[in-house]
Amino acid sequence: MTKEIHMTAVQTDNEDITAALRRKPRFNEIVIQSFLFICATVSILTTIGIVYELGKESMNFFLKVQWEEINKTLAEPLSETDGVLLTGTSGAAIAEGDLIRIDQEQMMVLSTSDLTLEIERGVNNTGIAPHSAGRVIYLARDVSLLEFTTGTRWSPQVGSFGIWPLLNATLMTTVIAMVIALPLGLGVAIYLSEYASDRTRNTLKPIMEVLAGVPTVVYGYFALTFMTPLLRLVFGADTVSIFNTASAGIVIGILVIPLVSSMSEDALSAVPRALREASYGLGATKLETAIQVVVPAAFSGIAAAFIVALSRAIGETMIVAIAAGAGPAFTFNPFQSAETMTGHIVRISGGDLSYDSIDYNSLFALGLVLFFFTLGLNVVSQRIVRRFREVYE
Amino acid sequence: MLSNPTKTMTGNGSNSEYAIEARDLNIYYGDFLAVSGVTLEVEKQKITAIIGPSGCGKSTVLRAFNRMNELVPTARTTGEVLYRGKNIYDSDVDPVEVRRRIGMVFQKPNPFPKSIYENVAWGARINGYRGDMNQLVEESLRGAALWDEVKDKLDQSGLSLSGGQQQRLCIARAIAVQPDLILMDEPASALDPIATLKIEELMRELAKDYTIIIVTHNMQQAARVSDFTAFFNLGDEFAGVLEEFGVTQKIFTNPEKRSTEDYITGRFG
Amino acid sequence: MDLYSDTRDVPFDSRTITRHRRGRFWRFVYGASTVVGIVVLILLLLNVINSVFGFSAIENRIQPDDLAINGIPIESLHKNDLVFILEQNLSAGLIRRLADDLPFEERSRENVYDLVIEWVVDPEVIASWSLFDSIFNRDRIAEEMAERYPAADLKFLSWLTWKFITTPQSSDPENAGVRTAILGSLYVIGITIVFSFPLGVGAAIYLEEYADPKRQINRLIQTNINNLAGVPSIIYGILGLAIFVRLLSVLTSGAIFAGSAGDATANGRTILSAGLTLGLLILPLIIINAQEAIKAVPSSLRLASFALGGTRWQTVWNHVFPSALPGILTGTILAISRAVGETAPLVVIGASTFITSDPDGPFSKFTVLPIQIYQWTSRPQAEFHSIAAAAIIVLLVLLLSLNATAIFLRNRYTQRL
Repeated sequence: MTKEIHMTAVQTDNEDITAALRRKPRFNEIVIQSFLFICATVSILTTIGIVYELGKESMNFFLKVQWEEINKTLAEPLSETDGVLLTGTSGAAIAEGDLIRIDQEQMMVLSTSDLTLEIERGVNNTGIAPHSAGRVIYLARDVSLLEFTTGTRWSPQVGSFGIWPLLNATLMTTVIAMVIALPLGLGVAIYLSEYASDRTRNTLKPIMEVLAGVPTVVYGYFALTFMTPLLRLVFGADTVSIFNTASAGIVIGILVIPLVSSMSEDALSAVPRALREASYGLGATKLETAIQVVVPAAFSGIAAAFIVALSRAIGETMIVAIAAGAGPAFTFNPFQSAETMTGHIVRISGGDLSYDSIDYNSLFALGLVLFFFTLGLNVVSQRIVRRFREVYE
Repeated sequence: MLSNPTKTMTGNGSNSEYAIEARDLNIYYGDFLAVSGVTLEVEKQKITAIIGPSGCGKSTVLRAFNRMNELVPTARTTGEVLYRGKNIYDSDVDPVEVRRRIGMVFQKPNPFPKSIYENVAWGARINGYRGDMNQLVEESLRGAALWDEVKDKLDQSGLSLSGGQQQRLCIARAIAVQPDLILMDEPASALDPIATLKIEELMRELAKDYTIIIVTHNMQQAARVSDFTAFFNLGDEFAGVLEEFGVTQKIFTNPEKRSTEDYITGRFG
Repeated sequence: MDLYSDTRDVPFDSRTITRHRRGRFWRFVYGASTVVGIVVLILLLLNVINSVFGFSAIENRIQPDDLAINGIPIESLHKNDLVFILEQNLSAGLIRRLADDLPFEERSRENVYDLVIEWVVDPEVIASWSLFDSIFNRDRIAEEMAERYPAADLKFLSWLTWKFITTPQSSDPENAGVRTAILGSLYVIGITIVFSFPLGVGAAIYLEEYADPKRQINRLIQTNINNLAGVPSIIYGILGLAIFVRLLSVLTSGAIFAGSAGDATANGRTILSAGLTLGLLILPLIIINAQEAIKAVPSSLRLASFALGGTRWQTVWNHVFPSALPGILTGTILAISRAVGETAPLVVIGASTFITSDPDGPFSKFTVLPIQIYQWTSRPQAEFHSIAAAAIIVLLVLLLSLNATAIFLRNRYTQRL
């Protein structure tokens, strides 16, 4: 009887095994996996979005003709057949050869005489139409890439869009910030990694984290209400103006110290103990070991830290917006006010922006430059870490 | 030219006949007694091997000879280690000076991520070497039997060498600062058999000029290479003790203690 | 080599004393670097506190004593008497406006009393001094008071009061509060969390549990996320402006849900846009952090689940995710506190420069606490700096509690494991 049961069991197994083991589509799994994949691709969409939007609007900025409000209006009504128009007295001057627009119609200025303009109607395939008095006259400005990258004046009112004043201010604040942050940050990292006891390290690291967590607007307040008066006290209220890049630069440096120190400290701690032991075994002091053996061995990590800090400083906005000043100015004097790229973007967008105005479009061009700088720096830092990491492992 | 007199190693004006001695040495890590009551004398220009089962404190004892265990914050020593008659644990002794004179080679080769030349020259440089550095580097590399293999690539990274070559580079680095003693902590255990053999040959050459103390878990190596052998064992409460110390030949053929014989014949360890 | 002779000619000039001295010097320098960080933190706090507390010269348009009725001071008057005072002293138009907002019958006595103070007594700060001055330069202040502001009272004020927290914005520094800003921040962050937490955790789960790291697309996603984490926040603002405010303005302004409450100028500059923009900003941070937390889950846990025949999702949902959750939460909270402090992207999107009404839904115009601080700091008057400082304290307290929660969670769950 036992035999029978046994054989029955085996037979059942033989029948079902292939079906039992066959792959079945598990729809739940597939749906979930797809959903999760989509989550991950949102990040790609973000990057695409950034590049596309910045690129598209920048192209508009450079390629499309920008219409600028120059505070000029039509003084008298213009009929469809008039070839001459009279402008109001206010606003910037219009010159021969300028392209102007009233409502939808574009006109070419053939000659000017005081406030009277001789015009060619309906250029660029725009329809000729009558215009009543008081209509706003827009002036065409186009910005060339050459002017953008080499020009040294940024005054949208007169159509100058040279990026150098903004770039220069960004560079100045960044350099000052790095002068503060790199030595101090590295010093902190060396102290924490080579000298400090565990207890000291556990007290100091959270403090560094707190420093890193302070919102930049608070640092901006600090720069304006403490650092600037301090600088004015030290260097004299005549040399240092209320808004200046030095104050902003120093505070950005302070902001960035924790970034430098934590990344550098990770790099220093990753250096194998064996190297330190070899150094001590030869009769080196702690300082010699730290500076001549450990720091060079951690070089790639420290370089990466520097570059990340640099990128952060370049992208910093609120501290410069509050403390460095408004209005682009090309100056090498850190005690004077100047506006960085980021500060400019914030100021312009904080006001009333009309879409498709030249100011609006210029934001995107600036944003694009900023994006490429910081992206480039970040990519370089990742490369450095990857390339040099194999060296001593 | 020599450093401040209060810090030199000569005590009492007399030179000890031994390279280095331990007198009732106890080593603690915090409250844990790792090594207990070690007394031994190391002969000059001879190779002394330290053997014993894992965890009996061989490396700890070795490191006590150049004050390297101080790098661990909880380490504490009682007793004396006499180098040229002076206790290196006296409060007026600078460990930096000790370590220049008593060199160390580690288990896993650890050359600096610098050029081969720099690896050898660096130790001498920070110790204020006044002579011809090129000559020193060449002599040291010759002394480590590495010169012929690297003389054309001195500016390449030390890490580009093979394991055995790296270890010889570490030896060259150690002898460049002209020590009296060289402590070797299982120097060949990370190397392949051929490289191991080269190291052993090198050790016998080096013993002509230096005193060598080597820790090894490889008994055959100890038997091949050393003149004297110290057998350490685990004592009470996991503290390491010196069971037997004597001429290598005797230890391996006719040991006095039972435990020594058991270890030698492989009954434990 | 002749060993051990006393006069052995060893060509080393060890100069150990110099080397040790140099070592001590530099050790001090490195230690000092760390002290700088602490010093700056202290200075920062002191500076803020310095502005928030101090003496102020306050001038009342009408002295409260003059308003007493039948000798009873206004603090003790009944509501009806207070309303009477209002009617006596304010213009008809103002009375009507106040009644429109909320009829006097429905107002509490305290509310009417506040109105009397605000509109009739109308205290105005005509000068204020920092805490430092108030403590150390009392005499000079007293002199100045006598000289320039004889009609004013000198009172020791804190600009940070409960009233400050519960009052909406105003163009007078004395009456301004951060209520709209706090509510705005809370609404915006709420949307940010709802948007970025599931997306971020989902992406992290995908990258760690499902994605084959050898495939190109997955490596691209990972590199991309790492790069996005380093993009300056203002770029996200520009992106948000272009996409959420402009392109999707139909969606974000609520026009698609026709008839929802909002301003007549329904544009995309709403809480929804702000929340989404910040969500994109902290998304890479959440992903990277969640990845770390998931990586830390020992693979033995997964293997055990698979060995029992669990599917991948079952393994993730029932084993990996709960195990990684504390780490994910901690990191998310830290990312959120980053978002709370962000200013630049929201300015670019178009935070309102002046709103006094509480936000009433995701389609309202908005302002947030950091932006309020920014605006007040940008004004030259010292009183605005004082309320900016008070708002900073509110912000820091908010952040501190967020971070403390994160640390508490981290400690509690690390111990348990």
